[in-house]
Amino acid sequence: MSVQDETPLVKIRNLHFSRGNKVIFDGVDMDIPRRKVTAIMGPSGTGKTTLLKLIGGQLRPEQGTVEVDGEDIHSLNTKALYKLRMRMGMLFQSGALLTDISVFENVAYPLREHTDLSSSMLRKLVLMKLEAVGLRGARDMMPSELSGGMARRVALARAIALDPMMIMYDEPFTGQDPISMGVLVKLIRSLNDAAHISSIVVSHDVQETLEIADQVFVISNGKVVESGSPNELAVSKLDWTQQFVKGLPDGPVPFHYPADDLNEDLLNS
Amino acid sequence: MRVIMDYFVNLGRKVIAALEKTGRGHMLFVKMVAGFDEILRRPSLLIRQLFYIGVLSVLLISLSGFFVGMVLGLQGFYTLSQFGAEASLGVMVAASLVRELGPVVTALLFAGRAGSALTAEIGLMKATEQLSGLEMMAVNPVRRVLTPRMFGGIVSMPLLAAMFSMFGVLGGWFVGVGLLGVDDGTYWSQMQGKIDLHEDIYNGVIKSVVFGVVCTWIALFEGFDSTPTSEGLSRATTRTVVHSAFAILGLDFILTAMMFGE
Ligand SMILES: Nc1ncnc2c1ncn2[C@@H]1O[C@H](COP(=O)(O)OP(=O)(O)OP(=O)(O)O)[C@@H](O)[C@H]1O
Ligand SMILES: [Mg+2]
Repeated sequence: MSVQDETPLVKIRNLHFSRGNKVIFDGVDMDIPRRKVTAIMGPSGTGKTTLLKLIGGQLRPEQGTVEVDGEDIHSLNTKALYKLRMRMGMLFQSGALLTDISVFENVAYPLREHTDLSSSMLRKLVLMKLEAVGLRGARDMMPSELSGGMARRVALARAIALDPMMIMYDEPFTGQDPISMGVLVKLIRSLNDAAHISSIVVSHDVQETLEIADQVFVISNGKVVESGSPNELAVSKLDWTQQFVKGLPDGPVPFHYPADDLNEDLLNS
Repeated sequence: MRVIMDYFVNLGRKVIAALEKTGRGHMLFVKMVAGFDEILRRPSLLIRQLFYIGVLSVLLISLSGFFVGMVLGLQGFYTLSQFGAEASLGVMVAASLVRELGPVVTALLFAGRAGSALTAEIGLMKATEQLSGLEMMAVNPVRRVLTPRMFGGIVSMPLLAAMFSMFGVLGGWFVGVGLLGVDDGTYWSQMQGKIDLHEDIYNGVIKSVVFGVVCTWIALFEGFDSTPTSEGLSRATTRTVVHSAFAILGLDFILTAMMFGE
């Protein structure tokens, strides 16, 4: 392996980002390794989706840098950014399929856009990608006819269409039944190990995520609170991590969004 | 004191927000127009939009044109016959349509039909992350999604306005000649003699091109800039129709003053 291969795939330094007055990231440092499944976990609303959008160059940080494959994504010009994005797949929380074209056309879209494949090659490739997610039979359906879980799997087929170097999965497990969940976990693993597509999985499904991750970052309140292998996290000394991993209702992580005292709030009406 | 301060602070915020929005609107316009080469490379994108924006509006526009023409025929006949000038009915109907009613009413109907649909479509594509999805597939959503719609609107509007005027003239003829007994030959020959290609027709076309640009721009920008919720989307759609109507009527006055002012 060359030296290049050992540099992190994504290198985040001193990342600051806020929405209005709400600080989402307050100095995050992260090294996401190549050829591994990296999980980013944290409670709902901590900014996991936001982090993926920052990595994909869709949002700009206020401070700090994000390097993807050695390139500072926020200083690239449009052309270079789009070129880099062709090597990054992203699976959106909602699927984000184009609703006016069929499943087949959705998966074919990036191929038609960025390659000159003959139509028979294109067809073969699309059917193979659909086969990989178990939805070859659904090729003629429209996105509106799919369930949420199916839509996500079609979106995965689309994300791997261009054989990217990495895929960012935003909540891949929500809305999947136990069987397709198992298939999906295996699929992410095999895409990662066999096809050498590095994976970044963002999730709050603790069990499934710990099962497939090689490396885990836990974020909360705009910071990385802990990182390490799943085993290290399982025996973590931090109350915070214990609470999150075990799903306990009480602990340092409040269930409630910050608010005034309940009694005062009710009396003030 | 406090109240007054708050008032000014709020006012200032609103002004800044409005200015920012205007700025975003102009930036988007430049980007949409700069994406023109995308259409040259993929004409099918434009053709599809011409169908959705233009062809699907044809029935609405031609029927409305016919009715407006019939009303013009009636009103015109009543007024003109008081001076014994029924013979000029054809000119009156055609001039009103080509100069004013054709471009203006077509644009108002266009904003209600095609404009609101464009806003809803783009807003929904944003809310369902389809635009983000395109970006992550290294496809520029402005060039791919907005530019063809922009030019589809610009091309459709003058054609629709011409159609409106044509059906209006027929409507006026139907009432004037068919029902009220104006002479068929005079209706057409007076129209042919008095309607000026430059003064009337070109100016009408210029108006409808301007309205086409403005209406489509407003519709696309409102969709693109909408808050991605159902409430945000419904507000954006309403704004499209209201702002378009104001823009059309205001611009119509300015353009008319410039064209026929001297
Ligand atoms: N467009 C936006 N405008 C303003 N605030 C936003 C916007 N999008 C997200 N936020 C805020 O940013 C924070 C992080 O959002 P994000 O979607 O990244 O959370 P998340 O960790 O992905 O949550 P979940 O697990 O529920 O998907 C949230 O508190 C949300 O209120
Ligand atoms: Mg999220």
